[in-house]
Amino acid sequence: MSDKQNSDDVVAIPLRHPWRWVSAVVLVGLLGLFVYSLWASPNINHEIVTKFLFNGKVIAAAGLTVTLTVVSMLIGTILAIILAIMKLSTNPVLKLVAAGYIGFFRGTPLLLQVVFWGYLGIIYPTIDVGIPFTDMIWWSEKTSLVFTSLVAGIIALSLNEAAYAAEIVRAGILSVDSGQAEAAKSLGMGSGYTLRRIVLPQAMRVIIPPMGNEFISMLKNTSLLQVVAVMELYARTSQISSQNLAQVELLVVAGFWYLIMTTVLSFPQSYLEKKYGRGFSVATQKSRWLRVGMKGNV
Amino acid sequence: MSKPLMVDARAIRKSFGSNEVLKGITLQVEQGQVLCLLGPSGSGKSTFLRCINHLETINGGRLYVDGELMGFREKTDAIYEMKPSAIAKQRSEIGMVFQRFNLFPHLTAIENVIEAPIGVKGISKSVAIEKAKDLLASVGLSDKGDHYPAQLSGGQQQRVAIARALAMEPKLMLFDEPTSALDPELVGDVLDVMRKLAQSGMTMIVVTHEIGFAREVADRVVFMDGGVVVEDGTPSQVIDKPKNERTKSFINSVL
Repeated sequence: MSDKQNSDDVVAIPLRHPWRWVSAVVLVGLLGLFVYSLWASPNINHEIVTKFLFNGKVIAAAGLTVTLTVVSMLIGTILAIILAIMKLSTNPVLKLVAAGYIGFFRGTPLLLQVVFWGYLGIIYPTIDVGIPFTDMIWWSEKTSLVFTSLVAGIIALSLNEAAYAAEIVRAGILSVDSGQAEAAKSLGMGSGYTLRRIVLPQAMRVIIPPMGNEFISMLKNTSLLQVVAVMELYARTSQISSQNLAQVELLVVAGFWYLIMTTVLSFPQSYLEKKYGRGFSVATQKSRWLRVGMKGNV
Repeated sequence: MSKPLMVDARAIRKSFGSNEVLKGITLQVEQGQVLCLLGPSGSGKSTFLRCINHLETINGGRLYVDGELMGFREKTDAIYEMKPSAIAKQRSEIGMVFQRFNLFPHLTAIENVIEAPIGVKGISKSVAIEKAKDLLASVGLSDKGDHYPAQLSGGQQQRVAIARALAMEPKLMLFDEPTSALDPELVGDVLDVMRKLAQSGMTMIVVTHEIGFAREVADRVVFMDGGVVVEDGTPSQVIDKPKNERTKSFINSVL
């Protein structure tokens, strides 16, 4: 195939779609009106918005939100893989533990879990390491010093995330043809090796799109940590607004940064989809192909 | 018995639930022998093949490969289940080729071939690649190493699968209907590779519907039906002059 034109090439005049244009114009117009109404509203003080948009404290809080998201997502995903493997294993104890865990953490509101971890110090005032039911205690510390609000928040978010992501990972593993594990077995690969090198890389293709969703949910759910006084973006902006009473303006500031962060954090997804899609779609095969070709060998 | 036995199956029984698929298969395969297993679908031939490398756990009988009991340890008092790692070690010495190829789609042809030698046997990558190149050349695919399975035809995929199995230097090769999923014009290339392999002295057990291949390459043909061995002999005995009525009607239906 080439760009050369042949006499019998189909050079058709494209079908017209007038309603697409009409609907687009109407929608753009409505959107413009809405933005204008906000902008022109005497109830929103633009100076306050622009003043706090790049305020140092707000930016730092946005940074904390990203850190919380990434750390909780990382821990949550690792736990999720372990839970998914447990749920798929033939060991009845592991299966039951995983099912119980998933049931519990999906069955209670995230807000409740965040508050629970924040209040851990009320249930267990101290954390002791020693032999139970004896006086042997090697290490003891006040719970509030170990489970600071930040630690409690990260634990709450990751444990909850693990329960949801476990089902995503499990679905991904199940989506891989059983012949793959069989071929791996027949070559003498153990189950751990098979999972790591053969099954999970193929499962990733199915796992990544819903995990992108989870990532964005997580970013927004960090705002729940406001209730245990973690100074993330939402907590910081509402703290500021409680002082200057510019609630709407600071909501606009927070909303702006959330939107920026979710947009930026969506980019790695397409990279990962390409990476794990290799061998599956023609487009990614091509890029890999060229790369291999240039290197000369494998 | 002239040559040592590669496979020694004694009264193998296998059930899936209440459905008994193998009803006592006894079969000995000598080293270097090429045996073709024929039979109608549902006769248990694929299941028997999968019992040999313990992809299926047998319910009765004893199965030895190269003198070693597969999947179990036999002591004087009882037989014990083997650890998964020990079973994996046994499997690594038996190559298997599947009807649907089962190549790893996320790896290129050459990566498919080197994965197990590096990961299971611990061979260095450079040595594994050299060997994989030779193997791919021997199956006529020296220029396809960088291709993903999806970029190869069925026949090419199956030849990569054969190279992948051979890369582990198996002492026994099992073929589970290796050409059944192929377009007719691609069957020949795969059978050529298998013919070469047979001539090189590899012990092979081939479940197939290719009567022509069985007649030409096999040292021995076994016909199975309903979970039992119905007829066992040289190709000319079983294919050309079958004694059993079931064998006769099967051969007539596929010829």
